[in-house]
Formats: sequence, C-alpha cells, structure tokens
Amino acid sequence: METMTMNLADGSHEQTAPLSKAITLKKVSVECRGIGLAYGKTEVLHDINLNIVPGEFFALLGPSGSGKSTLLRLIAGFNRRQRGHLLVDGKDITGVPPWKRNIGMVFQNYALWPHMTVWDNVAFGLVERRLDKAAIRAKVGAVLELVGLSDYAQRRPNQLSGGQQQRVALARTIVIEPQVLLLDEPLSNLDKKLRVQMRQELLSLQRKLGITTIFVTHDQEEAMTTADRMAVLDKGVVQQIGSPSALFDYPANQFVAGFVGTVNLIHGEITHVNGETIRFLSPQLGEISLPSIPDGPRPGKASISFRPHTVQVAVSDAQRGNEYVWLDGKVELCEFLGEFTRYRVRVGDMLMTADQAHFSGLPQFQPGSCVGLGVQPSQIRYLMS
Amino acid sequence: MSFASILRFYAPAHTRLSGRLLLVAAVVALFLILFLLLPVGTVIYTAFANERGGFTLGHFSTFFDQSLLRESFYNSLAVSLASVAVASLIAVPLAYFTVRFEFRGALLIHTLGVLPLIMPPFVGAVAMQLIFGRSGSINLLLDDWFGFGIPIMDGLTGVVFVESIHYFPFILMNLVVALRNIDGAMEEAAMNLGATGWRLFFRVIFPLAMPGFIAGAALVFIKVFDDLGTPLVLGATNMLAPQAYLRITSVGLEDPLGYVISVIMIGFSILALWLSVRMLKGREYATLQKGGNALQRRKLSRWQALLAYGWIAVVLLVVLSPHLGILLLSFAKVWSYSVLPDAYTLQHYTTVLSDSGSMIGNTLLYCGLAAGLDVIFGTAIAYLILRTSLPGRQLLDFAASAALAIPGVVLAIGYLRLFKGVNIPFTDTPFTATWVLIMIAYAIRRLPYALRSCMAALQQMHVSLEEAAESLGATKWRTIRRVVVPLMAGGILAGFVTSFITAAVELSATILLASSESQAPMSYGIYLYMQSIAGRGPGAALGVLAVVIVALGTYASNVIVERMSARNVQRSAQQSME
Repeated sequence: METMTMNLADGSHEQTAPLSKAITLKKVSVECRGIGLAYGKTEVLHDINLNIVPGEFFALLGPSGSGKSTLLRLIAGFNRRQRGHLLVDGKDITGVPPWKRNIGMVFQNYALWPHMTVWDNVAFGLVERRLDKAAIRAKVGAVLELVGLSDYAQRRPNQLSGGQQQRVALARTIVIEPQVLLLDEPLSNLDKKLRVQMRQELLSLQRKLGITTIFVTHDQEEAMTTADRMAVLDKGVVQQIGSPSALFDYPANQFVAGFVGTVNLIHGEITHVNGETIRFLSPQLGEISLPSIPDGPRPGKASISFRPHTVQVAVSDAQRGNEYVWLDGKVELCEFLGEFTRYRVRVGDMLMTADQAHFSGLPQFQPGSCVGLGVQPSQIRYLMS
Repeated sequence: MSFASILRFYAPAHTRLSGRLLLVAAVVALFLILFLLLPVGTVIYTAFANERGGFTLGHFSTFFDQSLLRESFYNSLAVSLASVAVASLIAVPLAYFTVRFEFRGALLIHTLGVLPLIMPPFVGAVAMQLIFGRSGSINLLLDDWFGFGIPIMDGLTGVVFVESIHYFPFILMNLVVALRNIDGAMEEAAMNLGATGWRLFFRVIFPLAMPGFIAGAALVFIKVFDDLGTPLVLGATNMLAPQAYLRITSVGLEDPLGYVISVIMIGFSILALWLSVRMLKGREYATLQKGGNALQRRKLSRWQALLAYGWIAVVLLVVLSPHLGILLLSFAKVWSYSVLPDAYTLQHYTTVLSDSGSMIGNTLLYCGLAAGLDVIFGTAIAYLILRTSLPGRQLLDFAASAALAIPGVVLAIGYLRLFKGVNIPFTDTPFTATWVLIMIAYAIRRLPYALRSCMAALQQMHVSLEEAAESLGATKWRTIRRVVVPLMAGGILAGFVTSFITAAVELSATILLASSESQAPMSYGIYLYMQSIAGRGPGAALGVLAVVIVALGTYASNVIVERMSARNVQRSAQQSME
C-alpha cells in the first residue's frame, strides 16, 4: 500500500517556500517544425508539426508503434531527426547533444541506477553541473521533501516500491531545473489503483512547478484526465491536436474517433445535402435521413460516428421522440458494468454499441429482445474518407 | 495398504523422498567427504598438529622465519594482484569497444579471447620465452634495429605476463555479459542529466558492470595464486605453489611446511572468493528488464576507429603469440637464438605419436571418466537442492563448490597423505600408485563447473513439467529418467565438456599424483618434455595435439547443444501451433 502523498497536494506556503528558493523553473515553449525520421524505408515520423505553449501539460497519445516514444526521445536528443527543426524557447536545438539540452526525461522503467542511493541518484545531474556541495545539498533536500522521500535518501532504489521509485525518478529529473519535462509512459509500471493516485500527483506537481511537460501514453484515459492538450499519433503522422474534450467531441477522422473513446462507425456515402436534410446511404443500413447542420458535410464517401453513451435504448414499440433518429435492432449481448449497461445491438448487418446509464431498479434488455436505438442528430459526426 | 504408504500418499509431493533419492544423496555425500573434505581436513590438521598430535602454531612461525618462504608468500601475492591488473588492462577495453561500438569482428574477438583458455598456461610459457624472452624473436629484432631489449620474460615479470595473457578471458567474458545486460535507459538517463564521455563511463556504465568485472577478477586471482606449472616452467620457484610442490617432493610427505603453505593457499583462495561475494552482495542487478533495450551501439569516428583497431590488433597478436609459438616450435628443427626456426620438420609429431600415444589415451580416459562422474554428481546435487526438501541439502552444494577454493597441489598433497599405505581392496596395489586418484582429483576439482551448468539447466525447467508426468502416473524416479534428465541434456552436456577440457589441461594435481610415466596424461607429458631443450619440439607437438583435442571437443559440444536447442524450439513452436 502506498501511504505517502506528495506534499504539494495541499499547496501550503510553508512547504513550497524552501522549494521555490532551491528550484526555479522557467516556462518555455517547444516547437516541432516538419520533423521526419525514417529507419531504412520505414517512416517512423512524418512531417510532425507541434506547437507546445509555455507551461502546458501536453500528451502524445497513440497505439504502440505510432512513433510517440520516438518523438519524445527525439526531443530529448536520443534519436536524430532527418528532417525538420526542434525549437525550445524559440532557440533551435536540433543539433545539440542530449547532455547539453537541459531537457529532463523520466524513463518508462525509471532507469534508477542500482549502484547509487536515492540521494546520489537525485544529486547526479547537479554533480555533472559542477555545483558546489552546499547548493547540491539544499536542492536535493528540497526536491526529496517535495516528493515526500526525505526519509528514504540513503536507501537503494531496489528497496523502494514502484510508486517511490517513480518519485525518485521525477525528483532526479526536476532537480536539474530542466526547461522541459518529458515523461515516457510514466504510469505504465504501476498497478491500477496507484496509477490513478500518481496521475493526480503528477498533475498537481506540474501545476505547482509550471514546467512545460510532454507526456507519452497509449492510455486515452490517462491523456484525457491530465493533459491540457494532446496530439494523437498514428503511423508516425499527427492525426489531430486539441484539448481532450475537443478531440472526444469533434474527432477529425476515423482513427481519432476510434482511439479516443468508444465509437459507433457507419461507413457509407452522403448522397444528397440540402438546407433541411442530409441523406446518408450505407450498405448495411440502407438510406437514413438526418437533419442538416450548419457547415455540414458535402456529398461523397463518408462515415458517420456517434458515441455509445449518447444512444437511447428503448423497447421497439415504445413511443419514439422525433428529436431522435431511430434504428431498429436486436440485442445480442448485454454487459453490466455498474455505472452503465453496455448493449451490443445488431442493426441490419452491423453491431452497434449502446451504453445505458444504470439506476437501481432499471430493468435490462435481455439478449434477443428487439429494441430501438435513438441517436441524437447533434451527436452525429461526419467523417469524410 | 500399510500405514507408511498412506502417509507417503498424503504427504505433499515436494517433501516426499524416495529411498532411492536418499541413497543417491548418501553416495554423493560419501564421495565428497572421502575425496574432498577428509583430504583437505588432513592437510589442515597436519599444518596445526605437533608431533604428539596436539595443537600448535609452531609450523607457521617456522614458515615466516624462513626468508625464502616469506619471500615466496609476498611474491605469490604480488604476482596474483599484478596479473589481475594486467589482465584488466587487456580485457576492459576489449569488452567495452566490442559491446559499446559498431565494431567489425566483435564476434571474432570474443571467440579468439577464449583460445588462451584451451592451452595450459605452462605450455604457452615455453613458447613465450622463445618469442619474448631475453634471446627470443622480439628482443633479437629490437636489438638488431634499436640496440636494446625488453626483459619482459625475466623472473616474476614473466609469470605475470604469461598468466595475464592466459587468464584475461575470465574478465573479458564476464564483463561482456555484464555490459550487454545494462539497460540502455540507464545510460540515457545519465546523458539526459548532463553526463558524457569518461564521466558517463566511470560514474554509470562501469559501476553497473562491476559485478561481472569482480567475478572475473576474483577467478583470475585464484587461478594465478594456485598455478604451479607456469612458475615451474619459467623457473620462478620462489612462489608458494612451487614451494609446496618442492617441499613435498624433495623433503617428503612428513615435512609440515608443505602443509602450512597449503593452508595459506586455501586461505587466500577462500578470502578472494569471500571478498568477491561480499562486494557483489545486493549488487547482482539484472538491470536489463523485459522490453528494455541494451546499450545503443555507436559509430566510431575515424581517429577512434584507428586507435581501437590498433589496440585490438596489438592485443590479439600478443594473446595469440603462445599458440603461434607452440605451432612453430612443434615444426621446428632448431629454434634458438633466431627470430624464426631455421628449418622445419614433422619429426616431433612422429616421435610423440610413437613414444607417447598412451598419454593421449590416458587423457581421454581420465578426463572422460572425471567429466562423467561430474555430470552424474552435478545432476544429482542439482536435483536434490532444487527439487527436494532433504535436510542439509545446501551443505552438498556448499561442499561441492568449495572445491573451487582448493588448489590442485593442496588436494594432491591431501590424497597422498590420506591414502598413504592404503591398498585397493583385495589387492596389494597401493591407491597412490594407480591412476584412480588422478581421475578423482580431476572430478573433484571440476565438479563446481558441472554443478553450475546442471543447476542452471534445472532452474530453467518449470516444475509443472515434472508434476504433469507424476499426475500421469510416473514415479519420481521414472519422472527423473524420462522427463528431467532428457530436458537437462543440453546443460549436462555443457557441464561435461567444460569439465573435460579444463581437466585435460590440469597440471598442478597431476604432477604430484602421477606416479609413473605410463600413467601420465598429456599435460604431465608436455611438462616432462619441456624440462629438456631437446624435448621442447615433441613437447610442443603434444601441446598442439592437446589444443586440437580440446578445440574439437568444444566445437562438437557447441554443435550438439545448438541442435538440441533448435529441436526444442521446433517442438515448442509445434506445440503453440496446435
């Protein structure tokens, strides 16, 4: 059990005063301009353009192999880009070696040196910077207090729990007062309960220090709960950049729609658009009429998508409100998840997902029962393909 | 159903010990007691006993009163430490260059690095005298060209030179493994925090590889401290091992000083092992985690490449010189006071094959039997330790491994003393006059290697494979025969080969235990030949034959082990497809 918490959470001034004296961090911007990287013929990163503003908590989200870690390591200086430029605080650092960048990185497995104590691990970067002993002592002491590990200074990393090791790795990185903090899947080595706790601690630490932070993860929940903005990567290409809610509500393409949250996707074609209706033809469902929206889509190949939790599930002969578009189907599977019940409903040739919020006493639809799925037009997104 | 069989039926599987396993344990224990603990105990007892059998430190004060013995003590210590230092100088850059950089021929270097191990150091010593000695090739050339020479083969310096050339692979191989196991993120984290170049190496990389280095260095120390052949061949008798040998052979078995020297040698071996274990305690970090990457290889710049390849070329030339020298010597008609032999001949090989064919046969016989005993005992001990709850089973492991700390000379002295006047049952032949003790000395001395190998093989095998066999009706004994031993076969074979080839080059116990020339194995034969100038040629030829036999054995075992593991991979691939 983790019983310690970081001292930051309460934000009291007595505790932060010595820290701000010992450690000062400047908010800087990070900019990627047209960065590209290929190993042989495999393109790992393609024309990456990002503009991360000072003090931002920015997430790089993507499946494994999407190039997100490569991009992070490139910012740290471990991978060499082949095209493009990397600017930190407006200065081009493309050719600067890792040890001169002053960009702190927390590694996925923490990479704590087992032959050094916690104190020596944290002091390492300061020793490399040839600080005098008194300054090192003050800074290491302050940062260990910040992460709540003052009593563990003389331990070895392998005598610490996973959460404590994570804190040491963080302390070791921020003590050098880096311009930017990079986190490579920082929570993936922790168990689920600890992960949520550390996530909150990370966020409050970042807010307290105000340091520009870039955070790599494959877990959309992690990215959405912590990041100010995020970039979704797939196959080395940035698919979309924006705030978590913007990406969730207005995905730019099928990949983002499917990767950020759960989604129902119907492939087909928009055959007709006029001032009042949009006609959407799909092989599975036939033609559906939808109310038109301002700046709506143009005719052509497209998909429509909507989130499971926006779908109404009703018995098929119930009265149907005309603010919904109704699809008829048959329940195939019913999963009770506590907060809601997830139905897999066969509509034509397709399986749709519908989540119904659960309240005690609310009956569930059994597999085999015929239901109507009500989709609110305002929740439908058109994704051109 | 009897009460006992009910008990046995309900006892947990792990704690059930069949009578046969108990018998096996008893045989192993008896062997270790009779041929390791009792002989060594006798040596220690004799060193501390006065004429009436009471305790005395008198022999030790006699030892330190004699200036020759005092000098020998310091010499042995100095030579061992210096050899560790020189071996490190050779091994550390080799390991680092080849693991750390994109380096052509890294595999070649790691393979060549093993070569010195398959030739006894004392054989190499003769060749190195011809090459590096006062009137050797190098010094003749230097004298011709520049008018000076390097007396590197003189006295103790020569011993250090030969030993470090011979034993540096212990450090190289351990260090390479340790370096390869370092997680690349460890290095990147240091770079990220501002470390680079030498500071990165000395603050992060070398400390992380330290366990490998220390393990190798301790082995080198022990090997050099115990080595008898090299100092004898080079005439540096003012060291401990030669003194013990000379005491026993010239003064006799009753001279207590030989036993005092033995106790001191055991003490230092144990001290070195203990120090290395102590320094490694809590530091055995398997730093490369699942999914982690090893250290990134870097490209060498033009100047770095020139320097690195240059250094490696020089080192390889020196390392291989004893082998080249022996080869030349075995074909040389006359090689004296000249850079290269004056004329070549096959005469030495025919001499050796006609005169000493029995020595080759003896080596194959003794080492084959010894290695066979080693893997049988190794498998038994490994099974008893890892798969049963036999009380005191750790003692078996401890006793078997303790052989590492017992120098060959000491073991031989112990045998001579313990079995003095004991005849082989039902005959009048004394034990000490047969080759049996040579073979058993080999088996005892190489048992730790075979045991490690068998333990590793059994540890990798999941216990559920045995439980499956038992649940299908196989008894413990049949499970061992039908499942355990076949699955361990690769490790057992590796253990056999290691025991065999290291026993084939053993000299320090052999030299005391070989009572007649007809019983002598090759290593002793080479030593006898090398005593005289005229014998050098045939000695070298016999040396070449020994190297060829050892190399063939190593190669064959590699092929077999690879085929076996390939078959296992295939089998598991089929299983996963089904």
